Amino acid sequence: MKFLRDKIDQIKKPFEKGQKFEKFAPAINALDTFLYVPNHTTKHGAHIRDAVDLKRTMITVVLALIPALIFGIYNAGYQHFIQIEGSDMSFANLFFHGLWKVLPMIIVSYAVGLGIEFAFAIFRGHEVNEGYLVSGLLIPMVMPVDLPLWMLAISVAFAVVIGKEAFGGTGMNIFNPALLARAFAFFAYPTFMSGDKIWVSDATTIDGVSGETILGSLAQGKEVAYSTMDMFLGFIPGSIGETSVLAILIGAFILIATGVGSWKIMVSGVIGAALTAMMFNAVGLTALMNFDWINHLVVGGFAFGIVFMATDPVSAAQTDKGKIIYGLLIGFFSILIRVFNPAYPEGVMLAILLMNTLAPTIDYFVVNGNIAKRKKRLAKSKQLKSA
Amino acid sequence: MSKDIRIKKGLDLKLKGEAAHKVAQVTRSKVYAVKPSDFHGVTPKMVVKEGDNVKAGEVIFFSKSDEKVKFVAPVSGKIQEIKRGEKRVILEILIAADSQDVFVEHSKKNPNDLSTEEVKAHLLASGCWPFINQRPYDVIANSADTPKAIFISAYATAPLAADVEFVLENKLEAFQVGIDALAKLTSGKVHLSVKGKGKSIFKDVKGVSLHQVYGPHPAGNVGVQIAKISPINAGERVWTVTPQDVAIIGELFLTGKFNATRTVALVGSEVKDAQYYNVISGAAIADLVAGKIESDNVRVISGDVLTGAKVKMDGNLGFLSNTVTVIPEGNVYRMFGWMPFASPSVHSASRTGLSWLMPGKKYAPNTNLNGEERALVVTGEMEAVMPLDIFPMQLLKACLASDIDKMESLGIYEVAPEDFALIDYTNTSKLEAQQIIREALDLMIKEVG
Repeated sequence: MKFLRDKIDQIKKPFEKGQKFEKFAPAINALDTFLYVPNHTTKHGAHIRDAVDLKRTMITVVLALIPALIFGIYNAGYQHFIQIEGSDMSFANLFFHGLWKVLPMIIVSYAVGLGIEFAFAIFRGHEVNEGYLVSGLLIPMVMPVDLPLWMLAISVAFAVVIGKEAFGGTGMNIFNPALLARAFAFFAYPTFMSGDKIWVSDATTIDGVSGETILGSLAQGKEVAYSTMDMFLGFIPGSIGETSVLAILIGAFILIATGVGSWKIMVSGVIGAALTAMMFNAVGLTALMNFDWINHLVVGGFAFGIVFMATDPVSAAQTDKGKIIYGLLIGFFSILIRVFNPAYPEGVMLAILLMNTLAPTIDYFVVNGNIAKRKKRLAKSKQLKSA
Repeated sequence: MSKDIRIKKGLDLKLKGEAAHKVAQVTRSKVYAVKPSDFHGVTPKMVVKEGDNVKAGEVIFFSKSDEKVKFVAPVSGKIQEIKRGEKRVILEILIAADSQDVFVEHSKKNPNDLSTEEVKAHLLASGCWPFINQRPYDVIANSADTPKAIFISAYATAPLAADVEFVLENKLEAFQVGIDALAKLTSGKVHLSVKGKGKSIFKDVKGVSLHQVYGPHPAGNVGVQIAKISPINAGERVWTVTPQDVAIIGELFLTGKFNATRTVALVGSEVKDAQYYNVISGAAIADLVAGKIESDNVRVISGDVLTGAKVKMDGNLGFLSNTVTVIPEGNVYRMFGWMPFASPSVHSASRTGLSWLMPGKKYAPNTNLNGEERALVVTGEMEAVMPLDIFPMQLLKACLASDIDKMESLGIYEVAPEDFALIDYTNTSKLEAQQIIREALDLMIKEVG
C-alpha cells in the first residue's frame, strides 16, 4: 500500500501551501481523506483521540439508509409493473426497472450537492464537511420516482445554498437540508409532487393508472385498498424510500445500536404521534380521524421522517430533555396536519420543519433551567453569608 | 464524617503500560530545569543570573503579579542558562546540579502552633505556595484570599495515572502535617477524597472531611468532587492541592527542607517494565527513560495522556508531574480508517467501533487525531462524559463567542480545562475543548478577576 500512498502524495504536491493550486486543496483533501485517515497528530489538549470522526458518523447513517433504499428501488419497479396486466414480476425485472429510475436521481443529487459543497469549501478555504453524504442520499429518497431530474437538481441547489451554506455550512443550518429540498419541490412544482399519477414511474405510458397514496385517498374520502401489513412491508405508492416501515426499522436499529441517531427523538416521536392519533380515533368525525392509530404510524412518510429526518442532530433540539419534547411535538403536529389539512396529507415534513424552527427555543428553556438553578444556589449562599 | 461521591457519567480508558508497584532510583541528572509554563499565568521576575550558585530550595524567580509567590530551585547547583523565547519570554531555567544537594535550612515548625499568617508566610517563603491552586480559573492561589474550603483528591482516575495510595504509603506522617498546615489557611474545611473500593490508607487522616469516591474517570478530578461537595458560586474561592504536594509541604514543616523529590510513574505502551521512580522535579527526561523505551517514534508526555504536556526527549520533567507517559506518535496514514467497525485496534467510546463489545480490552493508542476538525454536528456525546451539572456544548460555544455573561451563567467558575479532557477525546468534531476552556478562563481573569 506504500506505493498508493506515495502516488497520492505525488499528485497532491501542486496543492500544497505556496504551490500553484493551493486554493483547491480542500477538494483534493476531501478525496484523499476518503482513502486514508490523515497523519495529523494532536497539537493541543488530550494527546490521544477517539476513532470516531464525522466521516464515520455520516457513513453510519448512509448504511442505515441502505435497506430502505434497496426496498425503494424494488418498490419503484413493483408499482410500475403492477399497473400493467401480465407483466414479468420477477425480482430482477422489478429491481432493475427501479434502479434505472432511481440511480440517475442519486447521481444528480450527489453531483449537484457535492459540486456546491466543494465550491463553497474552496471559496471559503475550509475542508469539505461530510454532511452532504447523508443529505445527498436522503433527498432522492423523499421524492416521487417520476420527478424530472432538473427539478431535483434545482431543489438540491436550493437546499444546499439557501438552506445550508447561507447559514454558514454544515452544523449551522436551521432546517434539515433534505426536507427543505422536498418542501421546495412540493411548493414550486406541486403537480409533480402530489396526485395519483406521480408515484408510479412512467405513468404517462400506462393506461388507467391508479396510484394514489393512502393518505391522498383518505383526504378525498375514498376507500383504502391496502392492509396494515402492506403498509408495514411497503408495497404501497409513495416517495422512493418512505414506504417500507420494515426497512426503515432496520435503519432505526442501526442508528440506535451505534448511538448515531437519538433514540429519545424516535421513541418520543412515535409516542407523540400514537397518542394524538388515538385521540382523533376517539373523536372520529372524518375518514382521516377514523384512520386507525397503528396505520397512522406505518403509513406515508412518518416512519422515515422520524427515524432519518427528525434525528438530524444539527436541526433538532440539542439537550437531552429538549430532544424528548421535540420528538413528542413532531409526532403531535404530524398527525394534526394530516387530519386537519387535506391539502397537505403528508404532515410529517411540515411538522419537522416547524419543529426545526422551534428546537432552539426548546433548548433555550431547558438550558435556562440549569442557569436558574445556579442563580438560586448563588442567592442562597449570599443569604447564608449575610446571616 | 464521611460522605460518598458517586459518579455515573464518564469514561475509564484502559491503556497498556500500567506501572507495577515497584520503586527504583534514577541516576542524578546533570541538568535540572524549572519551566515557568508549568505555572499557568505566571510571568517570572528573575532573582538569579546565569552563573549564580543556588541551594536546593533557594528562590530563583517570583511572580510579577504577586511578588510574595516565590519559586525555588529543586536542586543545588549553578544557574547554567536562562532560556528565552520570542519577546524574551522565559522558557526555562537550567540548573547544572551539584553531585550532592545542599538545602536552604528553614526552622522546623509544628503548624498546629502557628497562626494562619505564620503558616502562609512560611509556605510563601519556602517556595511551597505554587503547589496551592485556586478554583475558579485553575491558577496559583492568591495569597491574600481566604478560601471557603480546600480540596485534595487522593484518588487518581486518569488513564495510567500514578496510584496515590502506593506513592504515599511511606509518607503518611508528612501528609498529615501538610494537612494540618493547610487547615490553617481556610475558614471552612479541608476535604479529602479517597477511593471508594477497598481500604484506603488515608482512612485515619485527622482534621479532614473524608469522602469516598466511586465511578469512572473523571471521578478523581478534584473539580468533580468540589461540584458534589460544595459547588463554587460566583465570587467564591476554593483551593486545591495534589496529595504528593501536600506531603512535600508536610516535609517542609517536619524537616525544614524543601524536598522536591517525588515518586513518578513511568507508564505507557512504549515503556518496558512500567514502574515507579524516585526523581527530583525538573530532572532530565532522558535520564528517566533511558533504555526503557521500545521505539524512536514516540511522544513523551509529562503527565497523563489526557492533560499532560508534550516534552522533548532532551527536555525535562515538569515541576508538578507525578506521571510520565510514553505512547507512539500517530504520524501515520490509516487506510479506510474512517469506516465504521474498521480498525479494531483504535478505541472508540462511541458504538461505531467494536470497542463497546470488548470492555476489558486494553489499548495502545497513538497520537493520531483520527480524523479532521469539523463543525459541531453530533449532540449528546459531550454530556455522556461530563459528570458536572453543566451543559458542556453550550458552555464551549459561549466560550468560543467570548460571551462573558453567558459563560458565567452556564458555570465557567465550576470548570477547569481537565474537566473537558474526555470531551477532547470523545468528540466527533475533534474540537479542542481544553484549549477553549483555558482561553476562556484567561479571559475571565482579565475581565472579571
